[in-house]
Amino acid sequence: MIEVQNLSKHYGDKKAVNGISFTANDGEILGFLGPNGAGKSTTMNMLTGYISSTGGKALIDGVDILENPIKAKKNIGYLPELPPLYMDMTVKEYLNFIYDLKKCKLPRVSHLKDICGLVKIDHVYNRMIRNLSKGYRQRVGLAQALVGNPPVLILDEPTVGLDPSQIIEIRTLIKKLGKNHTVILSSHILSEVQAVCDKIIVINEGRIVADDTETALSDKLTGAHILTAKIEGEVEKVQKLALSIEGVEVCKEINEREGVHEYRIESEEGVDIRRELFKKMAGADCPILELKSAELSLEDIFLKLTMGDAAAEEREA
Amino acid sequence: MGAIFRREVLGYFTSPIGYIFLAAFYAFSAVFFTTSSIQNGSTEMNTMFSQLMLVLVVLIPILTMRTMAEDKRSKTDQCLLTAPVSLGGIVAGKFLAALLTFTCAVSVTIVYAVIVAGYSEPDWMVIIGNIVGLELFGASFIAVGIFCSSLTENQVVAAVISFISILTLNLLSILGGLLPWEFLQNVFTKLSFYERYSGFTFGMFDLSNVLFFVSAIVIFLFLTVRVLEKRRWS
Repeated sequence: MIEVQNLSKHYGDKKAVNGISFTANDGEILGFLGPNGAGKSTTMNMLTGYISSTGGKALIDGVDILENPIKAKKNIGYLPELPPLYMDMTVKEYLNFIYDLKKCKLPRVSHLKDICGLVKIDHVYNRMIRNLSKGYRQRVGLAQALVGNPPVLILDEPTVGLDPSQIIEIRTLIKKLGKNHTVILSSHILSEVQAVCDKIIVINEGRIVADDTETALSDKLTGAHILTAKIEGEVEKVQKLALSIEGVEVCKEINEREGVHEYRIESEEGVDIRRELFKKMAGADCPILELKSAELSLEDIFLKLTMGDAAAEEREA
Repeated sequence: MGAIFRREVLGYFTSPIGYIFLAAFYAFSAVFFTTSSIQNGSTEMNTMFSQLMLVLVVLIPILTMRTMAEDKRSKTDQCLLTAPVSLGGIVAGKFLAALLTFTCAVSVTIVYAVIVAGYSEPDWMVIIGNIVGLELFGASFIAVGIFCSSLTENQVVAAVISFISILTLNLLSILGGLLPWEFLQNVFTKLSFYERYSGFTFGMFDLSNVLFFVSAIVIFLFLTVRVLEKRRWS
């Protein structure tokens, strides 16, 4: 279990992390979502004892990382943003080094073999790390974090630089690991965090913007009231039809390809216009070729979350 | 500590650094041995030992330049500093690995002593004293070099700072001689690494010199730990 209380890191005047608090329970996958420079890596570096905090506390299984670092570090497997690999070693030498470094007690050969099977690096086991591709290096980094089977895994952007199939593999693996580890992972991709995590913490400029369970937050975050639709037919006709539906506020053409126009349709929040839209367009012989909720970019999310806060504050006042 | 020690030794001998260091040391010591002992037909090896000082000033920075700097540059320090190992253990592991490589180099002087012994009975106690002295002298340079390496993430910068520091520590007595105050001259002479080492090459085994080098090693390794600690806080 991880407990973070009011953790801060200041670099001179710059507040890289500014008083964040959260808890991650056993067997929970917690996602850190935030743009580059939000303080995700700094927080993770503090949790793992790589850098110290300016204020606040971080407890790993009840052990303070600053007061009893060696005991706390025993329970953590850490994959930093850039996997800390020695390029002049083979995967085998490197993992054996990590095994010794962590003073691991598990049976050496079978434990390392299990890990290599899990992250699928068995066939590069005897190759030099410097000759491995980015994807394999990332996996060796993950393997390194898993050595010693620590109850807490901290993974900093584990899927960056991987190809799509590798991303899916790693995500599946993290989900699997989440069943018997506490996992904290960071990402700047909303869909990734949504796909993997039980709980999401959104951070920006060193502060927590939102802390919620995945379902509740994704309801808040998906732009259910903003749709993008590809509809055949004349632009004016389609727009007129769309706007005639109750609750539709905006219908804007955003793209055109081979006679099919793409529209961005915004409705009042909480109103589902999809059925009505389908009926209207079908009735007017303007077939809908594609209809989906607009994906929110991180900027939209922050805007939304911070605007939500502002609105709430206004209401309270 | 053991893991870091093994990894560092492996690092010296999977990269050219270890081999270059050993080859250069063997070559220079062989030249000094030939010119001072063989060509003079003497069993006296003190001259060779005192000349080796110059070689160490240049070679030790090459041996230690990557110890801390490379870890910082390639971010592998993240793996060491987040592992359940103390900072002291990390520094000690790296120090001992460099010391082992250096000992491999120094051990060649035993071969020279055996060669000399083939001609006539040498003064073994003096030779053993010299070897111990050279080992301590080099070990204190290694500690200085590791400390300098922890200050930067650029290996070349680390090597240059180490070179200047080691040279300065050796020449403290000469630098002190430039000062007008006798008290300071004495202090500088006492602190000069070369003055301490030259005692060994005269065949004197002075315990205070041994303690001096051991203290220097402890102080510089301790400072290295402080640098690592400070980096986490800033």
